[in-house]
Amino acid sequence: MSAQTNQTEGPIVGVLALQGDVREHAAVLAELGATVLPVRRATELAQVQALVIPGGESTTMDKLLRAFDLRDAVIAAIDGGLPVLGSCAGMVLLARDIEGGIEGQQTLGGIPMTVRRNAFGRQVDSSEVALTWAPDGSPMHATFIRAPWVEAYDADVEVLATVVGTSDNDTHAVAVRYGKRIATAFHPEISGDHRVHQLLLDLI
Amino acid sequence: MSQPDAKSPQVGTDLVKRGMAEMLKGGVIMDVVTAEQAKIAEDAGAVAVMALERVPADIRAQGGVSRSSDPDMIESIMKAVSIPVMAKARIGHFVEAQILESLGVDYIDESEVLTPADYTHHIDKWNFTVPFVCGATNLGEALRRISEGAAMIRSKGEAGTGDVSNATTHMRTLRSQILHLTSMPKDELYVAAKELQAPLQLVQEVAATGKLPVVTFTAGGIATPADAAMMMQLGAEGVFVGSGIFKSGNPEQRAKAIVKATTFFDDASVVADVSRGLGEAMVGINVDEVPEPHRLAERGW
Repeated sequence: MSAQTNQTEGPIVGVLALQGDVREHAAVLAELGATVLPVRRATELAQVQALVIPGGESTTMDKLLRAFDLRDAVIAAIDGGLPVLGSCAGMVLLARDIEGGIEGQQTLGGIPMTVRRNAFGRQVDSSEVALTWAPDGSPMHATFIRAPWVEAYDADVEVLATVVGTSDNDTHAVAVRYGKRIATAFHPEISGDHRVHQLLLDLI
Repeated sequence: MSQPDAKSPQVGTDLVKRGMAEMLKGGVIMDVVTAEQAKIAEDAGAVAVMALERVPADIRAQGGVSRSSDPDMIESIMKAVSIPVMAKARIGHFVEAQILESLGVDYIDESEVLTPADYTHHIDKWNFTVPFVCGATNLGEALRRISEGAAMIRSKGEAGTGDVSNATTHMRTLRSQILHLTSMPKDELYVAAKELQAPLQLVQEVAATGKLPVVTFTAGGIATPADAAMMMQLGAEGVFVGSGIFKSGNPEQRAKAIVKATTFFDDASVVADVSRGLGEAMVGINVDEVPEPHRLAERGW
């Protein structure tokens, strides 16, 4: 997906393009006026003012981040204050700790939380849910696909949305913010609601 | 497209089924016949595995009727890995599909690699919560499968041969037929739909957007990192590798190489790098040497 060239004033936002629904994130960001840059190399990362880690397979992205020497650069950028948004697999990658990962799976960290991979179950349990978006208190339509949820988080992590798990009837955080780092268990990039991406752009 | 207002979660919607395929984009889905192979695939960076009893090369060599796999075998693979697990049902065999759904597989491939169970009808895929991927050799076939509820399309290629030429033909055909629709005057789309033998509404959608409404992968005969990268350059959004990995000399290294080549499909230096020292590729069969009645790509209607 090419960036909108007529919007030269927009911030340059990268989408980690190793695997996953890169195009959907790029389309939303372009609609919001950003110049979108797919990021597969450290040289591309160095050009962006914010980064999106898309939905996809977290184990695959972890392996590719390491195989192409991108992992350390992304960690350094996040530590250096680069605004970042991760959805689904992106949430897994931004977690300090994971449950239900594969042997040797690493995350980038960035948010002091523990995330449970595939928390809702298998694909037949994937669903669309109406939840409340805490930043403005209004409803948000969310799409969960083999999604994680937040199992535990430090006191200074802000919870932006929760759902009640159908398997355990407990309330779980599914969208969080920690400084300039946002993570959602659902996919704002495919549901037509741009509030999550706007929140990222507002952090630049 | 459903727009549930209720608080209760809505499963099996179009968005959830097609969205699942969106998350696989840029990735490699690998055929595996044992839990050990599934682990190797997961460790190599596969985005999903396809659980089946025999890879297409063996189905082709051994002949006979090929059916959906033993539930025990599929469950052993589901237990072994945490990435999505797909499994195959015969074309038209809706009960095999019901069984796979009850097992909890993440995607069903209604596949020409197995012996068809119905030479007229495909499965009515709207009846299922689990999403389906189907093969297609051209745009009309792809749109017919989507109209039956397929949430993902793949080229057919000629499975089990290691010969990529048919997959190339299918990807090129899809691309040029889509491009042709986008250049047509609106009042000619009615006849285009008739000629494609596809629903008008879908034909109009493709003409307007310039792409299929679902994710399109490639499959059939992919055996090398270069094969995968070429399919991606021809417009595939991801790659299925069947016999190509575990029928090769060094499956682990080849699997990793194909994953990397799929991500960096447009960077020849990366594809060259990962292609070094991979050992023997699968031996392969030229599609031309497969007698026509045994060509799998011609199954499906």
